[in-house]
Formats: sequence, C-alpha cells, structure tokens
Amino acid sequence: MNHLLTIDPALIDWSRAQFALTAIYHWLFVPLTLGLAVVMGIMETIYYRTGKPFWRELSQFWQRLFGVNFAMGVATGIILEFEFGTNWSNYSWFVGDIFGAPLAIEGIVAFFMESTFVAVMFFGWDKVSRGFHLASTWLTGIGATISAWWILVANSWMQYPVGCEFNPDTVRNEMTSFMEVALSPMAVDKFFHTVTSTWIVGAVFVCAVSCWYLLRGREKELARQSIKVASLVGLVASLAAIHTGDGSAVMVAEKQPMKLAAMEALYDGGEGVGLTVVGALNPFAQPDYAQGGEMPLRIAVPYGLSILATHSTDGYVPGVNDLLNGYTRKDGTRELSAEEKMERGRNAIATLAEYRKVKAANANDSRLPQLAEQLKADMPYFGYGYIKDRAELVPYIPINFYAFRVMVGVGSLLLLFFIVIGFVAWRKDITRSGRWLWITAVAMLPLVYIASEAGWIVAELGRQPWAIQDMLPTVAAVSDLKAGSVSLTFFIFLVLFTVLLIAEVSIMCRVIKNYKSAQE
Amino acid sequence: MSLLGALLVFLLFVQGANSLVYSLGRTEEGQRKVIESTGRKWEITFTTLVTFGGAFFASFPLFYSTSFGGAYWLWMIILFSFVLQAVSYEFQHSKGNLLGKRTYQWFLVINGIVGPLLLGGAVATFFNGSNFMVEKASLTDLDAPVISRWANGSAGLDALLDPWNLALGFAVMFLARILGILYIMNNVDDEDIRSRGSVRLVGSTIPFLVFFLAFFVRTLLKDGFAVDPATGAVFMEPMKYLHNYLQLWPLAVLTVIGVVLLLYGVARTIFSATYVKGIWPAGIGVVLVVLSLLLVAGWGNTAYYPSNADLQCSLTIANSCSSEFTLRTMFYVSLLVPFVFGYIAYVWRVMDRK
Repeated sequence: MNHLLTIDPALIDWSRAQFALTAIYHWLFVPLTLGLAVVMGIMETIYYRTGKPFWRELSQFWQRLFGVNFAMGVATGIILEFEFGTNWSNYSWFVGDIFGAPLAIEGIVAFFMESTFVAVMFFGWDKVSRGFHLASTWLTGIGATISAWWILVANSWMQYPVGCEFNPDTVRNEMTSFMEVALSPMAVDKFFHTVTSTWIVGAVFVCAVSCWYLLRGREKELARQSIKVASLVGLVASLAAIHTGDGSAVMVAEKQPMKLAAMEALYDGGEGVGLTVVGALNPFAQPDYAQGGEMPLRIAVPYGLSILATHSTDGYVPGVNDLLNGYTRKDGTRELSAEEKMERGRNAIATLAEYRKVKAANANDSRLPQLAEQLKADMPYFGYGYIKDRAELVPYIPINFYAFRVMVGVGSLLLLFFIVIGFVAWRKDITRSGRWLWITAVAMLPLVYIASEAGWIVAELGRQPWAIQDMLPTVAAVSDLKAGSVSLTFFIFLVLFTVLLIAEVSIMCRVIKNYKSAQE
Repeated sequence: MSLLGALLVFLLFVQGANSLVYSLGRTEEGQRKVIESTGRKWEITFTTLVTFGGAFFASFPLFYSTSFGGAYWLWMIILFSFVLQAVSYEFQHSKGNLLGKRTYQWFLVINGIVGPLLLGGAVATFFNGSNFMVEKASLTDLDAPVISRWANGSAGLDALLDPWNLALGFAVMFLARILGILYIMNNVDDEDIRSRGSVRLVGSTIPFLVFFLAFFVRTLLKDGFAVDPATGAVFMEPMKYLHNYLQLWPLAVLTVIGVVLLLYGVARTIFSATYVKGIWPAGIGVVLVVLSLLLVAGWGNTAYYPSNADLQCSLTIANSCSSEFTLRTMFYVSLLVPFVFGYIAYVWRVMDRK
C-alpha cells in the first residue's frame, strides 16, 4: 500500500512539528549540561587545589542539579538520534553516507566518555582519588562538548553541504572529504557560538539559584562564591558568543542569504543596508514582500546589516526579492532567479531518471557520460526541482525576524548583567548588594532559555524549505507515513516530555529549597 | 555492526535486572540495591543503543532509512520505553518527582520487558523478513519521491504477528533476565538477593532455552534469503542459514563455544552456593553467539534484511552499505574502540571496588 501517491502536506507539517518539538525540548536540557559542566569543573578544581571541604560541598551541590538535568538531556536525545530514520527516511537515504558518520562518531567518542565518567562524578567521591574524580568531572563535560561538536558538524552540513558528490548509480550523495565535513567553516563557527551560548545558560542558572538563596537570606557563602565563578564564566562566554555570532552572520550571508533576508525582513537588498533594531512586522502573517518597501516603524542602525554580513559599510546584501528574481553579484556572477533554479532542478531530476533508464537498458551505453556531465552541471539546483512555487523558497519571515531580535537583545542584556553582577561579586559583596540585583538575576533565568531557543529557531526555521540547503527540501525528505501516525506520536511526545519537564523542575526546586550546607 | 549488536544484547542485562526488581528484591532495601547496581551501568546500555543507531546510519543508511521509516511504530515503542528508563533512575528517589517512586520503578520494569522483547523481535526480521518495498527510482517522481515504504499500514507492528519473531523476542527477553540475575548476583553482596536469584535463574533459563532453541532450529531448517553474487538477485534457498554456518564454520565454532560458556555460567551459578561470577562466562558466551548469528544473517551471500513484499527489494550488505570512503572513515574511527573499552573497563573496576 503506497501512502504517498502524492505527498500529504499534513505529513510534512506534522513531521516538521515533531522534530521541532523534540529538538526544542532537548535544547532545554543540553545547554545546562554543557554550561554547568564548566562551572562544576572550575569549582572542583578549586577544591582540588585548596583541599577545602567547602568547595567539595559546593561542587556536589551543583552536581546534584546537573544530574537531574543530565537525565532529561539523555532521554530527549535518544529520540532525535533515531528520528532522522523514523520521520525523515528519504533524507536519511539521500545524505546518510555523509550525515550518518558524525552521529556515529558522536556515540563512539563522546557518549561513552560522558556516560562512563558521569558515574564516577556522581558515585566516586569516596571511591577514587581526588585527582581521578576531578579528571572525571572534566571528562564528563568534555565528553558532552565533543558530543556537541559532532552534532553541530551534522547540523552545519545541513546548512552548508560540503565534502560530497552525488552518485547517480547509487542515487545518493556520497562523502568525498571527511575533513571538509568535520572542519567546515560553518561547523567551526556554529560550534563555538553554540557552546559559548550554553556556558551563558549555565552561568545564569548558577547566578539565579544563588540569588534566590540571597533573597531568602540563606546559603550566603555558597551564593557568594558561586556567583564569583559564574559571573566570570558568563562574561567570557558572552563576549565569545558575540564574536562568534558575528562570524556566524557572515557565514549565513554567504551561504544562506535567504535566511539572512528573512531574519531581517529585508525584501529589497542593496549596498550600505541598515540593521533593523525594531519594527512593526505583523507576527501572524507572511508579509507581502513582493511589494517591496520596509516594515512600518522601522528603526535601524545605518550600514549595520552590510557591516554584519560583509564587514564592509557598502557591502551588498540581497533581499528576498533579489534572491527570488535573480541578480548580478559584484564579481559579475549571476544569482539565478527562483524559476531558473527550479527549471535547472527539474532538469537534474529528469536527467537522473534518464540516466538510470539508459543504464538499466545498457550499462555501456555511449550516452551515459554525457548524461552524467549534464546531471553534474545541474546538481547544485537538484532540490529546487521539487519546489512548485517560488513562495515555498521564502521562510516564514515574522518568526525569523522576532526570534533573531530576541536572541540578540537578550544576549546583549546578559552581557550587561554579567558585567554588573561580576563587578559587585568581585569588587564589592554580592551578599550585601540591593535586592534589585538578586531579583534581576532570577528574572534572567527564563530569559536566557528563551534566547537560547530563539537562536535555534532562527537556525532551523530560517533554513526552510530545505532539509539540506539547496539539495533536498522537506517535502522530499520525509518518510512514507500516515499524517495521523505522526500527529499521534507528536502528542505522545508532547505529553511525555512535558510531564517529565515538570517533574525535573519540581525536583530541582526541591533540591534547591531543601539544601542545607554544612556552613549554615 | 554485528559486534555492536552482540554487545548491546549483552548489555541488556540492565533491562533484565530491572524487569526483576520486585522479584529479586523482596524488601524495599533489596529493591534499592538492585536498582542502584544497574543504575551504575544503565548509561552504557543506553549509549551502546544510541551508538548502534548512529553506526547503522553511517554504515547502512538504506537499512536505517527503510527500517526506521517503515517500521515506525515498532521503533517508536522501543524508544518510548528507553525514554522512560533514562529518567527513572535519577527521578525515582527524588522528592517532588511528580509521579512517585513506584511509578518510575515500574517504568524500569516496563523498559526491562518491552526493550529486549521488541529488539529481539526486530532482529528476528533479519531471518524472517519484513514487509517493505524500496524503489530508488522514486526519487525522480516529483510528487512522491520517497524511495522506501512499508507495504501495509501497520508501520512495523505486523512483525509482532509472526510467531517466530515473537519467539526470538521472548528468547532475548528471558536471556536479558538471565544476564540480569547473573549480574546482580555478582554485583550485590546480599544473601537473600543471591538465593532468590538462583531460583529465578531456573525460571528464566527454561523458557529462554525453549524459545531460543525453537527459533534457532527452525531458522536453520527453513528457507533463507540467498543472493546471487553475479546478478544480485535474491532467491529462496532451503536451509540457507545452516549452509552459512557450515560454509562459515568459524562462526559455528564461535556459536558452540558461546553456548557452552553461557550454559556453564548459568549451570554453575544454579548448582553452586558460592559461585557468583557467572556473568563473565555467560556474558562472553552471549556475545559470541549473537555475533555469529548476526554475521550469519548477512555473510555468505545472504540478504540480511529481507523483504517479504518484494524479494528483489531485500537489502544485502552490497546494496545497502555506505560508500567505500565512508566505510574506510568509520574503520579508522573504530580503531578508537579498544581505547574506549579500555577506559570503561578501568572505570568499572575502580567503581566496583569495595
């Protein structure tokens, strides 16, 4: 029984929704794992160097919270590992030769490290030497970070596929350079930007919990020392995130210009384009970008977008309409129009069909080399062959626009926050500062999570309609399933993960509330 | 891949022990000891399962896409049970866990039963076939480019209607229990748990032998999915898997050694009041038997993932593996595996020291 006589749009939507749901939930827990790992590692290093029981107790407290969160990260992660196969089987086949390798390497190199040494971290305090325990704590964090590396290599490859070539005989893309994949500039940028952002989450969490204690007049020494460590981590991470974010923007401008145009709601591009700070873009409908113009009440930093995208005040930044209608770049090369790309894509797909038909009839047919060359020439537009209307090529602009602003806005606010709280913690006495600072710290906690998720929303929604940029749209990437099955598993995941999230938060709140240090 | 699969089956001792938590541990203290013991090892099973999935993706992307995308509900149920396991260890004793300790412990029991049962059933389809179709030319169909599909609406649940799939499923479930009991008896110094374990070992070994022998003998004697190496055409060959064991006789030797080790570990534990190291010979034995079984499924010109819907859609190593470049890359990565095993073994040794 062939479910997919034609692809049901509902299947695409539910499949995307399910992946988004599971990824968003996973990303609630992973940043805290990575961020707290750094804070815990520093604290235990201080214990190792000083031998003071206070630092051991402090490390154990944050490790307790780490453990609660770690379990949820693991639970939500296993689904993602297999979801490429369950819900995106065509994608898995089409690019698995390249995409599968980072996931497998992640398991072998990173997961085993994390899962082995986390047991020592939790249970080995009185079983192993201080040095071995400290190494285990750091190796847990390093394992988690290496895991992030490989996942981000995989995700970066979706945004900027490199190191591969299409094989018409096997009807799939095949890896030609592992180094190009593993060390792609997109992957390097994304890794540092993402990981430093997780350190921000960990630092904010520590500050928030510590300041909650200060609001209650409790655990002052825990709070004092924890905020000192966390504020430093947060400040360094914020500066690094800003620097790497700039690098990411340049990459996006070069490799995914439509994503940048959507992030900025830039309909018509140009040179010396301003960076929108705020504007009244209707969040509930795709804007009528074909009409051009700009959104109402737009406030922009002059030349800001050109500087961000090209590091030049007069750099050219294409808008949505330029990318759809085609334009000539500064170097004289031509960006094809949407219709031209779609035609080249259809040609590629038709050529592939012809190639396979000819080869099946006669493996030595003289037409085969020419067909292979023709296919190779049109291959950069293969994915466009499945696109039926140019509107499909434009991501949903409002979500990208606002998510980007939330991420940058909150990120900037957090930099200021760490400067202030760090100054108070290191140069004055945080336990005697005004309540306003403690309340601010607690308020930063939900904001940092919102900003963290907003970043991924830009990354993934800005890439639409592509599962693999230019190569495979989501419409051609799904599994042959009934939309009803996917909607049912969507709701099962929603209920399951929400219940477990509530349980986790409840447990963490109890741990925090019931904690009583030996110092008190 | 086969080695990873064999190790995964061995590591299902975590699931096996969890499924018996209320049986091995008569008191709350006993139950706590059982769960704490597996709690130190559960992540390795989990990690092996995830690595198994990633490795399959990297090495056999067509299997990964066909099986996971087609047998959707079978894999989803397996994954749901592992999600429940992942949080249960940490959450069960925590105040404010919303669902209560018992609920999380039952999650562990559920995972302990469902995980091995369905994984065993999934592996059985390597020998009994599944209802899928693959047509790579579909990629050029602009309206329906998906290349693989399940041939009926069951999304994989039809595998559970085949009694021979269920036979291996139950065999793996009882095997996991055997290994779980042996592991607990080795790891937990508690006379009551050990004596209960001894009794329950008999109760798990008998059904394991019945189900496994039934599956194994029937598999050896039935028609198997052979591949013509010249044309790639798949055809049914009487007693194919028996022929594979005979042609690939080192695998037969490994199987025999493995069976002997497993039976030795079990029997000595049952009949000796003091022997508690049965997990070692039994565990090694299980790895050898499962490794051989998985290799027999795909070596010797055999379709390792046969299709009952269209024989010519069956997957062989040749038509479903990654490119030589990727396989070579993964080979180099796999050179790290002994190092990984080394530090795992070292850490386990250190942590299990009294």
